[in-house]
Amino acid sequence: MSAATGEQKFRWVGTRPVRPDGHDKVTGRARYGADFSLPGMLCGRVLRSPHAHARILKIDTAEALALEGVHAVLTGDDLPDLTSSEESSSLSAASRNIMARDKVLYHGHAVAAVAASTPEVAREALALIRVEYEVLESVLGIEEALADGAPLLDEELRTKGEEDPKPSNVAAKVMFSNGDIEVGFALADEIVEREFTTQAVHQGYIEPHACLAQMGEDGKATLWVSSQGQFAIRSMTAGILGVELSHLRVIPAEIGGGFGGKTTVYLEPLAVALSRKSGRPVKMVMSREEVFRGSGPALGTRIKVKLGATREGRLVAAQALLHYEAGGFPGSSVQAGAMTIFSSYALEHLEITGYDVVVNKPKGAAYRAPGAPMAAFATESLMDELATRLEIDPVDFRLRNAAKEGVQSAFGPRFRRIGLVETLEAIQAHPHYRAPLKPNQGRGVAVGFWFNAGLQSSASVNVNEDGTVSVVSGSPDIGGSRASLAIMAAEELGIEYEAVDVTVADTASVGFNDVTGGSRVTFATGMAVIESAREVIQQLRERAASIWDVEVDQVVWQEGRACVPDSKEIESLDLKAIADQAGETGGPITGRHSLSARGVGMGFGAHICDVQVDPETGRVEVVRYTAVQDAGRAIHPSYVEGQMQGGVAQGIGWALNEEYIYNADGELQNPGFLDYRIPVASDLPMIDTVIVEVPNDGHPYGVRGVGEVPIVAPLPAVANAVCAATGVRFTDLPLSPPRVLKGIEDAETVS
Amino acid sequence: MESNWDGSASPFQKERKLAHVTLPRSLSEKVEGELELEVDARNVRALIRALDLRFPGIGEILSGQTAVAIDGEILSEAGIEPLSAQSEVHFLPRVGGG
Repeated sequence: MSAATGEQKFRWVGTRPVRPDGHDKVTGRARYGADFSLPGMLCGRVLRSPHAHARILKIDTAEALALEGVHAVLTGDDLPDLTSSEESSSLSAASRNIMARDKVLYHGHAVAAVAASTPEVAREALALIRVEYEVLESVLGIEEALADGAPLLDEELRTKGEEDPKPSNVAAKVMFSNGDIEVGFALADEIVEREFTTQAVHQGYIEPHACLAQMGEDGKATLWVSSQGQFAIRSMTAGILGVELSHLRVIPAEIGGGFGGKTTVYLEPLAVALSRKSGRPVKMVMSREEVFRGSGPALGTRIKVKLGATREGRLVAAQALLHYEAGGFPGSSVQAGAMTIFSSYALEHLEITGYDVVVNKPKGAAYRAPGAPMAAFATESLMDELATRLEIDPVDFRLRNAAKEGVQSAFGPRFRRIGLVETLEAIQAHPHYRAPLKPNQGRGVAVGFWFNAGLQSSASVNVNEDGTVSVVSGSPDIGGSRASLAIMAAEELGIEYEAVDVTVADTASVGFNDVTGGSRVTFATGMAVIESAREVIQQLRERAASIWDVEVDQVVWQEGRACVPDSKEIESLDLKAIADQAGETGGPITGRHSLSARGVGMGFGAHICDVQVDPETGRVEVVRYTAVQDAGRAIHPSYVEGQMQGGVAQGIGWALNEEYIYNADGELQNPGFLDYRIPVASDLPMIDTVIVEVPNDGHPYGVRGVGEVPIVAPLPAVANAVCAATGVRFTDLPLSPPRVLKGIEDAETVS
Repeated sequence: MESNWDGSASPFQKERKLAHVTLPRSLSEKVEGELELEVDARNVRALIRALDLRFPGIGEILSGQTAVAIDGEILSEAGIEPLSAQSEVHFLPRVGGG
């Protein structure tokens, strides 16, 4: 595939046409997961554990099953036990997460489910299910999990990557190193070292998990569901239930936010299993409280970082020790945390050690750049502190050490072409960086990195009889990919954007697609669309050649028309004219392409944050924010800016307000948006955005993923700004008013 | 014919291709501390097989649990990707996006 260059000229790429999903969403016509219904549909509900850690001794469902209107009751015994099967350990964990078998591992862990004629009967039935528990001591944090004699969540769990491991709550150890860490620190004139903590936060998608399932007597099922990937939902649901993939068709609903949290299953296998048991369609919708208690957040972390630099401002050594909570099952984002923690900088000597720690909290799930924001909070806070000690401008300090093409990354490989330097130069040149501050205000900067992903995509481009074009994709549209895919198809074909319609198809109607995650869809599915469109163009040239009775090599496709440049007699044909004759020239004109995407471009962003701190209450207000990001090439700049603004808003929430609060028994105390405070529009200033374009030469237009990078830098950018405003270096998030006030008061006491 | 169907080296191969391979620290014990090595392989699949012959059992871990970076590009799943002379190959933990 041809590489992108900085000189490419485009008609549609880089423009801002009206989004194709807008009308349906603002008029309420868009159908989300909870908007589907079928005749005879039952209501599915889940019974959840009242204990954070307990052994299940007995579940008696007889009374619930006898209740009039109850059609099916489900427990872990009704699902195949994948624990010792050849299925992957992740699928086994997913199975035991959606329905506990022998133990409950967090407050809210599902233990049974019912399908009943009405929500009221379902609720009554749940109350009639008798569960006997042996309550166990719970493990609610990293300290408790690592303590000698700590209760074990899984007696069989041993630390992967550790020599001679014993049973423990540490599921895995990951290490990266380069050079000689002691030699590196010996070269340093200034060394800073601190430990940082972050708390569990939820993705906060507005639409709760919801699905509708119907299984027939023939064992074939259909599932309507809002998710980040209908194929992933199909494979996990089928794997958990032991159903063949071809017997399960998953129809994607419109999605009301996911941010990583809808890349896995919670209700879907239960709904299909309840439908199988009852012979009726079953709809399941989580309440907001269930979303908080039972679905996966980004969990808490404890990260110790040590950095050393010369007085000239050259980083010479970096060391990190990361502990990430995984929830009730192994699989935190510590690997990504370890890989990203120093990835923005060129470092000769480094040592990174990370641990995946199970605790009695919901199984963690992906959340935008999983693992990276917490790691950046630690490193970027210390970069700020080092810059202050060295009396170097913080952006200059980062520029002196910035990763660039050819530099070996902290996780091993050398960087290809990246745009960190360009984003740093852009914030340095931005008027915001030099704007005056008022009393009690402070300014912070920080950078963020994410790998971005390629993975597998399929798409097709179909020319309709009237010359319009239908694009079929298998990637749920969360961040505007329908518009981006339409732009790319229109660009290749040389036709109007409005002539292209994009459909997100079900699992039976398009080839396999990996999830919409890893910031990959505009990049990877976009390439599948571009290649499909190019196949269509080849067919259009062949059809035109047959109409004109010339060699196909003589026909070129230019600005949406087939023409023969060497001939003055032959009048060019547009798409409509060729489509009109498709039946006579060989049948429908369609292009399709499937790929395992190659050429991923890594992403960087640099942010400036101004805060105002009320010294009497400790309240922090973000008063100005500028986010700069290398998008490679922005296909639809408004959507890129939207991704940047959304990521920043979520990052500010993570930095200032959001946290899961547990009581001593491991019960979540704030499972709702009143007490779990995400930022709303009135909390934030307009987030200013600057798109930098350092084209990714692995993509025909230069695209890099943009969805995850913008959540990485806000945590440290906010913390650095608060430090500048108060003179206090805060190492624990969130920076809620009581914490900030205490920090200010403690500093005053010391001074 | 320069290689077998599966990418393994053929006796008729004219040019030997040595990829520089870096393995994760977590596998140190399984590879007797040899975390950096030169391997003669035409593609990733052949590379993993060659490593498995040398360190029995490691092939399953590398193909099932790791991503591969070839000359700076991380691939979650790689098999037929060709390796050229001087290719830098890193096996890394798989990372999921959001």
